[in-house]
Amino acid sequence: MQQIPCPWCGPRDDWEFHYGAEAHVARPETPSDKSDEDWMGYLYLRSNTKGPFRERWMHAAGCRRWFNVIRNTVSHEVFAVYKIGETPPPLPGEAPAAPDTTER
Amino acid sequence: MVGIRRGVVGKASYSLFALARNALSYHEDWREAWRSPEPKKHYKVIIVGGGGHGLATAYYLARVHGIRDIAVLEKGWIGGGNTGRNTTIIRSGYLWDESIALYEHALKLWETMSQELNFNVMFSQRGVINLSHSVHEMREMRRRYEAVRLNGVDIEMLSPSEIKKMVPIINIDPNIRYPVMGGILQRRAGTARHDAVAWGYARGADDMGVDIIQNCEVTGFRRKADGAIEGVETNRGFIGADKVGCVPAGHSAVLAEMAGFKLPIQARPLQAMVSEPVKPCIDTVVMSNAVHMYISQSDKGELVLGAGTDSYNSYAQRGSFNIAEHLMAATVELYPITSRLRMLRSWGGIVDTCPDASPILSKTPVPGLYFNCGWGTGGFKATPGSGHVFADLIANDRPNAIAAPFALDRFRTGYLVDEHGAAGVAH
Repeated sequence: MQQIPCPWCGPRDDWEFHYGAEAHVARPETPSDKSDEDWMGYLYLRSNTKGPFRERWMHAAGCRRWFNVIRNTVSHEVFAVYKIGETPPPLPGEAPAAPDTTER
Repeated sequence: MVGIRRGVVGKASYSLFALARNALSYHEDWREAWRSPEPKKHYKVIIVGGGGHGLATAYYLARVHGIRDIAVLEKGWIGGGNTGRNTTIIRSGYLWDESIALYEHALKLWETMSQELNFNVMFSQRGVINLSHSVHEMREMRRRYEAVRLNGVDIEMLSPSEIKKMVPIINIDPNIRYPVMGGILQRRAGTARHDAVAWGYARGADDMGVDIIQNCEVTGFRRKADGAIEGVETNRGFIGADKVGCVPAGHSAVLAEMAGFKLPIQARPLQAMVSEPVKPCIDTVVMSNAVHMYISQSDKGELVLGAGTDSYNSYAQRGSFNIAEHLMAATVELYPITSRLRMLRSWGGIVDTCPDASPILSKTPVPGLYFNCGWGTGGFKATPGSGHVFADLIANDRPNAIAAPFALDRFRTGYLVDEHGAAGVAH
């Protein structure tokens, strides 16, 4: 059983959570001047990384709050958990990332 | 079929006569069903992915389009991915005209496949019943029934008692949590032996000169100065190609990333399991989208059970235990005789799910590179049709009428082929 460490409730079984796929996908600031290609990207194109992956989870059967996880999609190992709006920790083997400005 | 490469049989064709003749040499001289050649430096077409769809693509490229300078590169062994992991259900009763055209094209090819390949794929048109468990689902099913009928494909509505007549082990008690309220039946639908499909297409393609290269993993794409595809980097060195068709199922997004673009695809685990063998008790296939379970019985007597997908991205080829538990709960409620049945094996495959539950058969931003992916939870049924239209797409560099609605561009235009209802999780 895979466990997801909720930042508020602690580690819980994965079936308590709702999955939100790739994290840090920002809605276009000025929707009206975006092209169809831009909208295709925002609506449908998501990273589907094999390996360490920044993704969103929501503790549906608990505190019902969204947060971010860095999880290995092959081994299911969780490297880091951080709250919405926090600076994303670096991926394993990566230099520290710039502060996150996509989520408000 | 061509002549032998080794052994004593005069003809490579499988028949009763060949069986008798090979008995004289203690069955030690059957020729290999396909060669294991070293990769050449350059091919006209490279197919990445040696599952059913990839091998079918190579087969139809050779047979229909006369292109024989082809390599199929498989990182593991052929048919070892989702081709060998699915629950082998074949049907064509989808909702939209575009999907029905595609899946019915496949179903028609299934009907002649064993003869054409001279390989028994054990296609069994035992019928597939889709159950409905709520008033809303009954309405949706009625709509789908009419849509399928309007496309000239066979389909029937069934009442709970008619279902009970066909499937005596089913529980149609109206007081269970998800009562059976009715269903649709496609009699031409059924199952096939999944491994045989891969082996049959591999043998057929090999006979026409296609090189099937196993244990050959693609690690990158090389492009020419003008951006067009030049070939693939593999763990066995660079292999050049005029055209590359990718049929990588669960690893679609990984390959697309290597080629420098994204796909609207998420890789999810999908589970199935088989029970210990029991006497014949169900001679059709029954699927339920609402409770995420589907059941059939193999020729060996095992009950073959399919579950739902996990909700999260994973490449681990194993699913969560709670999904398996949910499947068993639904199985026992719908088929009470299974309550003390033991499960023999369970496994998971990585499926490439698309936002509209329809596949992608498409050219890509890279000239000469084509993708066939996004079949999600239900690609097996489409194997021959998928290979047939994808071969056409690669050979002619433009999609035919069946493939056209499934281009990548539909996510830009918004012309989605939303099959979530007809696909369910079970497809």
